[in-house]
Amino acid sequence: MRITGAYYLVLAALVFGIGAVGLLVRRNVLVMFMCVELMLNAVTLTFVAFSRMLDDVGGQAIVFFVLVVAAAEVAVGLAIIVAIFRRREGATADDVHLLKG
Amino acid sequence: MEAFVFFAAAAILLGGALGVVLARNTVHSALFLVGALIAVAVLFVQQQAHLLAAVQVIVYAGAVVVLFLFVIMLLGVDDYESLEETIPFQRPAGIVLGVAAVVAVIALAGNTWATGRPSVRGSLTGPASGFGNVEAVGRELFTTFLWPFELTAVLLVLAVVGGVVLARRSHPGAGDAPDASAPRSEGAE
Repeated sequence: MRITGAYYLVLAALVFGIGAVGLLVRRNVLVMFMCVELMLNAVTLTFVAFSRMLDDVGGQAIVFFVLVVAAAEVAVGLAIIVAIFRRREGATADDVHLLKG
Repeated sequence: MEAFVFFAAAAILLGGALGVVLARNTVHSALFLVGALIAVAVLFVQQQAHLLAAVQVIVYAGAVVVLFLFVIMLLGVDDYESLEETIPFQRPAGIVLGVAAVVAVIALAGNTWATGRPSVRGSLTGPASGFGNVEAVGRELFTTFLWPFELTAVLLVLAVVGGVVLARRSHPGAGDAPDASAPRSEGAE
């Protein structure tokens, strides 16, 4: 059987949906971060599939920028999580509902 | 062979993604994430994006997940999360919204007006020789995308500075003498 581009697109959409559900449902901040990584990976998979289908290598170049943004996001986000943990015990998003340090 | 690799990698990817969401232990979530990321790298290889597959394994499955595990171990949050809902109907609403997102994305990808091409349902065209190798991707990065590429350097420097400033102990007298903390905080910013 022949694997067409639609297979990759549907797979990426499913992974994106799973990541979105995890982001909405889970309350552990670290797991929410991992779900964001899943969603970013689904988007990169879409970029690569379209790059192959449209025969344009620019889609693969964009993936590099997604990687850079993901790395920067993880660095800053984990620093924020560490800073929050210094002040309070919980790891859930419900613990940081007060808009003050 | 192509179909076998695709479906095996897709199964690992979907299983890893579900594991990230469903695992109650944070460390297990991180390990499921490694499986999902490596499955994505396999799918990259299958689409002739060999450079991206290598970068995916090194940066994502290597650096990012190790950073996650470092923070998990540093903070000691490898305990289980309580399952009671603090917001009513959070889980059903989240699942409904997620299914709606999947349907919307698939509907968008299948329609012409969203992609600007006659059809995306066609087969993957046979790539030209050298498509997606280091030379082609590098030439695209350093010609068409040169300006955004330079901007990513600024973004990475900002992320490093932000990480240092945020994770630093800001309140004076936390571990050092109070008189030593004031000039150090000026130097870090």
